[in-house]
Amino acid sequence: MLATASQRILGQSFQNIRPAVSVLRSYSSAAKQITVREALNSALDEEMSADPKVFLMGEEVGEYQGAYKITKGLLEKYGPERVLDTPITEAGFTGIGVGAAYYGLKPVVEFMTFNFSMQAIDHIINSAAKSNYMSAGQISVPIVFRGPNGAAAGVGAQHSQCYASWYASCPGLKVLSPYNSEDARGLLKAAIRDPDPVVFLENELLYGESFPVSDEVLDSSFCLPIGKAKIEREGRDVTITAFSKLVGYALKAAEILEKDGIYAEVINLRSIRPLDRSTINASVRKTNRLITVEEGFPQHGVGAEICASVVEESFAYLDAPVERIAGADVPMPYAANLERLAVPQIEDIVRAAKRACYRSVPLAATA
Amino acid sequence: MATAFSAPKLAAQPFNTISPTSQHKPLISPTAASPFLGSTRKLLRLSSSSQLNLRRRSSGSVFAVSDIVKEKKSTSIPSLLITKEEGLELYEDMVLGRAFEDMCAQMYYRGKMFGFVHLYNGQEAISTGFIKLLKQQDSVVSTYRDHVHALSKGVPARAVMSELFGKTTGCCRGQGGSMHMFSSEHNLIGGFAFIGEGIPVATGAAFSSKYRREVLKEADCDHVTLAFFGDGTCNNGQFFECLNMAALWKLPIVFVVENNLWAIGMSHLRATSDPQIYKKGPAFGMPGVHVDGMDVLKVREVAKEAIARARRGEGPTLVECETYRFRGHSLADPDELRDPTEKAHYAARDPITALKKYLIENNLSGEAELKAIDKKIDELLEDAVEFADESPLPPRSQLLENVFADPKGFGIGPDGRYRCEDPKFTEGTAHV
Repeated sequence: MLATASQRILGQSFQNIRPAVSVLRSYSSAAKQITVREALNSALDEEMSADPKVFLMGEEVGEYQGAYKITKGLLEKYGPERVLDTPITEAGFTGIGVGAAYYGLKPVVEFMTFNFSMQAIDHIINSAAKSNYMSAGQISVPIVFRGPNGAAAGVGAQHSQCYASWYASCPGLKVLSPYNSEDARGLLKAAIRDPDPVVFLENELLYGESFPVSDEVLDSSFCLPIGKAKIEREGRDVTITAFSKLVGYALKAAEILEKDGIYAEVINLRSIRPLDRSTINASVRKTNRLITVEEGFPQHGVGAEICASVVEESFAYLDAPVERIAGADVPMPYAANLERLAVPQIEDIVRAAKRACYRSVPLAATA
Repeated sequence: MATAFSAPKLAAQPFNTISPTSQHKPLISPTAASPFLGSTRKLLRLSSSSQLNLRRRSSGSVFAVSDIVKEKKSTSIPSLLITKEEGLELYEDMVLGRAFEDMCAQMYYRGKMFGFVHLYNGQEAISTGFIKLLKQQDSVVSTYRDHVHALSKGVPARAVMSELFGKTTGCCRGQGGSMHMFSSEHNLIGGFAFIGEGIPVATGAAFSSKYRREVLKEADCDHVTLAFFGDGTCNNGQFFECLNMAALWKLPIVFVVENNLWAIGMSHLRATSDPQIYKKGPAFGMPGVHVDGMDVLKVREVAKEAIARARRGEGPTLVECETYRFRGHSLADPDELRDPTEKAHYAARDPITALKKYLIENNLSGEAELKAIDKKIDELLEDAVEFADESPLPPRSQLLENVFADPKGFGIGPDGRYRCEDPKFTEGTAHV
């Protein structure tokens, strides 16, 4: 079952880079463009060569070159002792990774998608996240759990859930979610070097996207700080927070809004836990309106936490109620038109921003 | 010495003796290109060895050795299995375990200890028999019934008692509790409350030992890991996943099943399709051994062989120890479902009484000396309780400590700086 699913996913991601998600930017300077896949691959490669204690573990990471080709070429370079193809035993191999991390090795455990991490979630939370605390600092767990998170295209309910809010509610974990290649490289390197367990939520539809990167990003010591959000686009009228793929949507929405005279500030969260509350609050104090965008289920989501944080710290600055845009409160349907309705679209962000700015907008979306 | 342990050796022999042609290198050969069978590429090159596997299995040479153990035991002439020093060490460790657990019960009913407390009375032979053979760097991974494993591994009784009282001088500064004993100094990693949770972690510890030796080239790293767990765990998926991977990658681990026949109130026979747990080892390609867990000497002999096997790099072993817990599952368990005759049967096989008898009958020690040890342990425990009583409770600032090894994980505060940099915010590093 898993094999056919991954073949289907691979087929889809190779074939269609949907226009809604592509980011075609033109820069006057000839900046190098790399895909998110290349960014992740190069980050893994560099960290593995810098520290022999780093090793990879997961299904199909070795000879298959990675289910999504993220670990391509690493088996040839580092050998089977450091790039381990595991049997289909999430609970088992995640626990093995945690046990190895207890003893100072630095495993990077790949989940084919984070949906499968539910089979191993006991080890992520109970053995990894809580251990430093339970042992009063004797045992730290320098492990990284990475893999695609959230909805892909037409993969159905059991392969489409976003786990950002689940993991972000747990103390002891750090949860990161990159958007572009720079984020992917910097955050993955930071995650591997970090002495605590890190959940690294990628997005399958972004793997094939190219983004421009500066030479600084390509340097092997490049690292991004964990816990700092990035303001992708400055604005003054409304703040839009997003992470992962939806940052791209938010940026497109901002371009559309600009034509209507609304200048949106787009914040790429990068780090879901710890959340960069100070950047978000500073932005809200500037713009006085907030839209949170996420792909996951709405109840107890990332947007709920951001909204509460802003209400607690910047209530007097809000001119409009905080709007949460999230996935529909249903398991992901399969039919393409229903799936489109279940996931936030650019139009939803635009409409919400206009509502926040008290412009009149039509109420419902069309299928 | 033709005693119990030769039987496990028998199970290990097939790995050595069945190499029909010169190209069939035994899998334990240190010159094999990569001992990690994580890659089909390797599997293709060693495809002759995969035939080796099949041949081994079909000839039935990896087999469960319970019957052999029993046979050998009855026909052998018992030469002394231990020296006097070893005997006294074993006796003292078991008495410490028993007295400590009895003291825990007392303290619990006096309200000094709280929450979930799971006592080990009756199973001391397994802890002592196995752990006393380990080096400091070898690891022990346990379950919630971990007090005695901690004591056998060398964690001071004072530290364990304080931890149980929830004081800041405990081995985990009061943050772990009864079910979460950790000591990096003694390589005791848990303390896990979920059954089956410790098994993959133990497998990972064994993996790290092998990785250190082979990838990081620390040539003398031969640390062995012992994973202790119960009969209920043997029906759990993680157990089988780890038997598979440990055998697949030949990890230096011994899986020790403390089969006390009961999982809270669920009898092992009601829960398991095939109650003979040791038979599950050969299904995954490792020897499965059954041993009488109420006899510390038998356990010790089997343990010697299994640990030596792991240290040599020959891979894992599954050891099923038949034992019994004299008390309920925890101090909150009324223990109504177990048959009193069953309890009496095992009470008559108390491991401490048995060892005492052995020591006296074989003139390794006398009553007086053993009584002196009892007294010494009593005093040690009195001191431990006093120490724990007088220790302070954790200060308020300890609440936020040690959530992260890198406390920047608490994020950036409203002033734009990392919250942990604020001197009033508690630091995240331990003074352990």
